[in-house]
Amino acid sequence: MSTATAARESAPDVAESRGPKFLQGWNMAALIFIGPAVLLLAVFMIYPAIRTVILSFDDGLGNYVQLLTADPRFLSLRWPPGGSIFNNVLWLLFYTGGCIVIGLIVAVMATRVRYERIIKAIVFLPMAIAATALGVIWRFVYSPDPDTGLINAILGVVGVDPISWLGNATFVNTALIIAGIWGSAGFAVVILSAALKGISSEILEAARVDGATEGQIFRRIIVPMLSLPISVIAVTLTINVVKLFDLVYIMTKGGPGNASNVIAVQMYQQFSARNFDYSATVAVVMLIILIPVMIFNIRRFRSERVVA
Amino acid sequence: MTFGESVAVEAPPRTTSERITRMLTKAPIHIGLAIVGLIWLLPTVGLLITSFRPASEILSTGWWEIFAGRLSFTLDNYQQVLGSQGMLNSFINSVIITVPATILPVFFCALAAYGFAWVDFPFRDSLFLIVVGLLLVPIQMVLIPLVELFASMGVYGQFTGLWIAHTAFALPFGIFLLRNFFITLPRDLIEAAKIDGASTWNIFRTVVMPLSVPALASFAIFQFLWVWNDLLMALVFAPRPNGLPMTTQVQNLLGTFATEWHLLAAASFLIMVVPLIVFFSLQRYFVQGLLAGSVK
Repeated sequence: MSTATAARESAPDVAESRGPKFLQGWNMAALIFIGPAVLLLAVFMIYPAIRTVILSFDDGLGNYVQLLTADPRFLSLRWPPGGSIFNNVLWLLFYTGGCIVIGLIVAVMATRVRYERIIKAIVFLPMAIAATALGVIWRFVYSPDPDTGLINAILGVVGVDPISWLGNATFVNTALIIAGIWGSAGFAVVILSAALKGISSEILEAARVDGATEGQIFRRIIVPMLSLPISVIAVTLTINVVKLFDLVYIMTKGGPGNASNVIAVQMYQQFSARNFDYSATVAVVMLIILIPVMIFNIRRFRSERVVA
Repeated sequence: MTFGESVAVEAPPRTTSERITRMLTKAPIHIGLAIVGLIWLLPTVGLLITSFRPASEILSTGWWEIFAGRLSFTLDNYQQVLGSQGMLNSFINSVIITVPATILPVFFCALAAYGFAWVDFPFRDSLFLIVVGLLLVPIQMVLIPLVELFASMGVYGQFTGLWIAHTAFALPFGIFLLRNFFITLPRDLIEAAKIDGASTWNIFRTVVMPLSVPALASFAIFQFLWVWNDLLMALVFAPRPNGLPMTTQVQNLLGTFATEWHLLAAASFLIMVVPLIVFFSLQRYFVQGLLAGSVK
């Protein structure tokens, strides 16, 4: 470290500073520019996060044992399986998968029409809307009254009795995930559409000349060439799923019963019920789930040379 | 990035028959996209129409009867939610919360991002890596200790606490985004200013800031929407009962009037109106900011 410091001190940018050894090489400029941010992060983010970890161990490992093995609201392995972490897995599979599939279909179709901009803007629009408003929009769509709820009105036309989509444990997760896909698919569309434009038309032409069908071109050329943007979307949506709170809280509060609960909502419920050490445990579990994602992202940033 | 014009891959049709043939081969695409367009528009349009309908009629006829031209409209719902249901007060609170919680992060992030990009100091890269690592820390990880900390500082349940929490949580992403923009600025430009005798501060203020308006705008818009649309931080830290922003106010209305659609629809559109204006007027920065923010 001393050689590194010496090398830096010879740099023209660094004013000579004398003081405690660990401050050597630091100067007024560095303190003025990064000081406030580092202080804010240390006091209002790092310190509280450490306190939360300590709080979760208030009862030794008791909270973790309770949460992971004896809390059916978190994980119930009886048939049918359930619990908030199980619902997060459902979201991970179907919301992430749904966004990518719909994103691909819409992006591919949109590049072939003149109103591409308009259709992409329409699908992207929900990204601007607060999840709170999005939740109200979809509560209205799912309303059990066929005179107000669009879906039950359509079902009524074909003679199906109205269904309480959000009040029925069988349908509630599907209903929520569809609302979630509606809110996020625009993100996948915009990313994939930009990536599609990066695929050279010469490759596609060459494949067509060689007699490939459109279906083969899609499966053998387009999808493999999109694998990087698709993995970026998958990681992003995974973060969304772990942090998912507003939409579920607004639409069902995790109900009926515990049928649609997710971990972020469960954490808040425990927090509101003043079970602070237990809610801290749920928060730590959220963080642990996010750590692999964090590592993946840092690797990606590094390969893109955006992180030193 | 914007929604981009499609690249012209095909030559324009020359004859009428060519035009018709092309229409027919593309028909499945047009139909598919029409369905997509309807699915993405109808839920929002339905609630928008409902927000202008008299309460008494909402429960007896669907908003889709508008296509039969049979509906009547009113501004009563907006009058009622803005007045007696407190949404005007909440709208003002949302502005009071969001404006400082946007300006402060932009300021602190720009400072720190410049430091990480162009000022040399020990452990710079390791510190930056820690900041990037903090990107994913969920709000839930700090809620409980922050309540205690704010209480001991005397800012719990006050706008100040909410501003601090939003500012701290904006830092990792803002520093990350702006630093990555700042390092793309030409080194020669900054060296030249240094040789001319400009101080680090003056280089930051007169060279780097003016060149970084697009990046600052993207981040500011992202942060503005993030705070404007936030529910969780507001539930925990917003002043009760009179300092609630619109998101928490709508959540309260849902508790009291779960099926009073005339109120819920109007209140939801009050939340949406500002983001929609931003979306249509600053689309480029908006999309850029949201795409960059996807790492958060």
